[in-house]
Parts: sequence; structure tokens; C-alpha cells
Amino acid sequence: MVQLLGRSTYHFLQPPVILASAAAGGKMERDGPLGKWFDYIDEDARFGEESWEKAENRMQQLALKTALQKAGLRKTDLNLLFAGDLLNQCTGSSYGLRGFMVPYLGIYGACSTMAEGLLMAAVYTGAGLAKAAGAVTSSHFCTAERQYRFPLEYGCQRPPTAQWTATSAGAVIIGENDGNSAGKVTIVHACAGIIQDGSVRDANNMGAAMAPAAACLLRRYFRESGTGPRDYDRIFTGDLGAVGSELLCQLLERDHIQISDRHEDCGLLLYDRKKQDVHAGGSGCGCSAGVLNGHILPEMRAGRLHDVLFAATGALLSPTMVQQGETIPGIAHLVHLRMEQGGNNGCSSNC
Amino acid sequence: MPTTERYAEMVKNTSGHSPSWKNIPLAFLIGGAICTIGEGLLHLYQFTGLTADWAGAMVSVTLIATSGLLTGLGVYDKIAKLGGAGTLVPITGFANAVVSPALEFKSEGLVLGTSAKMFLIAGPVIVYGLAASAVYGVILCLLGQAGM
Repeated sequence: MVQLLGRSTYHFLQPPVILASAAAGGKMERDGPLGKWFDYIDEDARFGEESWEKAENRMQQLALKTALQKAGLRKTDLNLLFAGDLLNQCTGSSYGLRGFMVPYLGIYGACSTMAEGLLMAAVYTGAGLAKAAGAVTSSHFCTAERQYRFPLEYGCQRPPTAQWTATSAGAVIIGENDGNSAGKVTIVHACAGIIQDGSVRDANNMGAAMAPAAACLLRRYFRESGTGPRDYDRIFTGDLGAVGSELLCQLLERDHIQISDRHEDCGLLLYDRKKQDVHAGGSGCGCSAGVLNGHILPEMRAGRLHDVLFAATGALLSPTMVQQGETIPGIAHLVHLRMEQGGNNGCSSNC
Repeated sequence: MPTTERYAEMVKNTSGHSPSWKNIPLAFLIGGAICTIGEGLLHLYQFTGLTADWAGAMVSVTLIATSGLLTGLGVYDKIAKLGGAGTLVPITGFANAVVSPALEFKSEGLVLGTSAKMFLIAGPVIVYGLAASAVYGVILCLLGQAGM
């Protein structure tokens, strides 16, 4: 059911179907261009909890619960959950999802976790090992800041290359293809990325740290799948931000691969950089998850996009290793999403 | 993938610079304003009858208290975003560096959170400040012994 192409590109002969998706976010995300697509917004980003970490747990719960409701499934219908986040020990996922009592495989791909989760869920459902599987991820500005950088109230200036960690959680439910996927978004290919290290040491320039991984992934995916940029309506990366996006296009141009006419980055879509103070754009696991739920999938369901590459990128940053003088490795994974012919199913928000 | 040196050059060319034309004058103005307020307070305290030593100590106390209050109210970081080094260097910046982690980590409790993390940022300043003052103290003592 799943064919291996090249080294790590998977071709799903019966492409798994995206049954439903949902996202929860904070005020900054609501104020961004995709704000109306969030299923749940909490004004103060506390989600009724007493600490930021508990708020992130709650955010994942809300995203998964809403996605299950949209899919018309109960939690007992899920065979597997793949989830991860940015916190130490992935507590947003393990604490947030412990109450669901669903077989759970924790994953860590930093900001690439949404694509990694989709890849894993697609492989399991595509191989017949799960009838329905969930991919969940989140990031929270306040938890990430205090773990990776400074306390929230500490007064400092951020450089132009810095990105804003999204307060957002996304959940996607993947189901096996029962032969009736017309009008639904399916996962046709997936590709697991290789860690790339561009020798970037600046923790405020994540886009530069991640761009080599995205370039390596796309280059290899095109070769292994026998496709090229022109086979896709859009190539979404994320969250490279302004700096990383430019570097990605430059890196690929060196190999005569032109993507700039169809490339968009999740970090540049979630927020309005002219009105919102996010410097080089958005970042965090929730950034690409939010854009997937709030832009990519709705555009596909509306029939405006047919074939799309969703290549989420992650900076595998460890503050400890950076303090020890190490560089920041990057990773990227992708899924090829396709809106199966059969027309617009008329549902643009909650299928 | 280009060589490490080539990629570093690409990153340098692509990454924008901080707007120094704006940051430096703002640091001067806001940092200068804080120092002017300090100078004004010094005169005010001396006017009320305090000696120069006491008035100087009271200026520090007032600026630290105000910075702590503004940090707690979520205002200081907004001023610092504009002021940069102008808000970092004066004593108010030091107070902000102590109060902000104390507030941030209160969710982990008063012992392992607030008090343990209070010197997360300011700790190195205290350590090296004390070490330097001890070294200078010894030098001063030796010079005094030598009759200089």
C-alpha cells in the first residue's frame, strides 16, 4: 500500500484521507490574516489555566477535541496519535493528551512537527496499521520564550531576523482511504528529511538555520518522486520567515530549481508583518499547523489549490548546546497533499 | 549545499541589520532621560535635607523600585523595546533583569521558582561585579600599604 521511492519518499497507492482538522490560537493569531479560520481563540492565551504550560496543554486538547467532533469520530475510534511540541519532554502533548486514552507516539521535530505527524499518520493509515490516526502539535509564545530565550517582561530588543513563536495548536485526523476520496484532501506522497547544519549559531536567526534542511528535502523529494516544482500549485514551507525563505530560493537556484513563483512560507502567512510586530515572521510548531488548518486546507477544499507540498521546517535548537558553542541543526519533512477530483464538496471550513 | 563560508556569506547578505540609525538615538534619549530623572531626584532629595550620600542611595532605591513596578505592570519591556541599551545599562535595567524572572517563574513556586530563578540573568553581573570589587579592593589595600 505504501511504495518506497528512493531513500525516504513514500508513495501512497491508496492515499490516506484528511478527515478533519482544527486549530486553536491566541489574540495575535486572531489578529492575523488567518484569524477567522481558528476554531478557538483565547484572548489572553491562558486558556483558563494558571500557567502557560498548562495553557499549552489545554490548547492541544481543544484542537484535538474539535477535530474529532468535525470528523464525527469518538476518541476510541483513533488507533494512534502522533504529537509533539517545543517544550522539554514534549509536555504540551504528553500532559495535554493524556486524558484521551489513545495509543500515543510522541514525536519531536521542532517546528516541523506538523509535517512529521502527518507523515507518520499517513504511513500508518496507508500501510493498514491504523484506520484513523491523529497528528497534533502546538507552540505557545510564552512557554517557548521562557524556555529558549528570556522571561516575558525582560526588556530587550529583538533583531530583525528574530521570529515570533505562534500561540497555536493544530490537530489533523487522517483516515484510511475507503475508495471514496472524491472531493477530499489526500496525502499522496511524504518525504522524511535529513538533518542539515548550515553552521548557524545565532538563535535569533532560525530561518537561516532551517533553510538548508528545506532545500535538501525539496531537492531530494523532486528527484525521488520524479516530479518538479511545476507539478504543484503551491509549495508551502514553514516557518522559514523572510530570511529563511529568501535563502531557500537562493539555495535551490544554485541547483537550477526554481520555486519562487509558487513558494509561500507559513511564517509569512500567519501574521501581517506590516501591522504586527513579528519581525521576520512567525515560527513554532503551531505556525505551520495554524496555516495548514487556516489557509492551505481551506484553499484546497475551495478548489483553488489542487496539488500542494507542505514542507514544515524545524530548528533543532538546544539552548544548552548553543551555550557550549555548537551550531543549530535544521530538519524538514513534507507531505504532498492533493484535492481529489470530484468537485468542491461545498464545505470550506470543517470537513 | 554551499561551503560553510559561502553559506555564512549568504546568511549575512540576506539577514537585515538592526536599524542603528533609530536604535542609537533612541537609546541616547531614553537612557539619558532615565539618568536625568535620577539627577533630578538627587537634587530633590538633597533639597529635602538629605546628605549627598543618603540622597544618592535614595535615588538608586527609587529607580529600582520604579523599574520593578513598571516591570510588574508590563510596561518596562515596552519602553526597553524602544530604548534598547538606554534602558539596559542604567540601574533600572538591572532591576528589570531581577524582577522579570522572579515574576516569570513564580508558577514553579516561591523557592524553586521565584527565588531560585531570580538571578538567572543578573547573576553573572553580581558574581563578576563582586569578584572585580574584591580584586580592586586588594589592589587598593596593597597600594595603601605601599603608601601610595
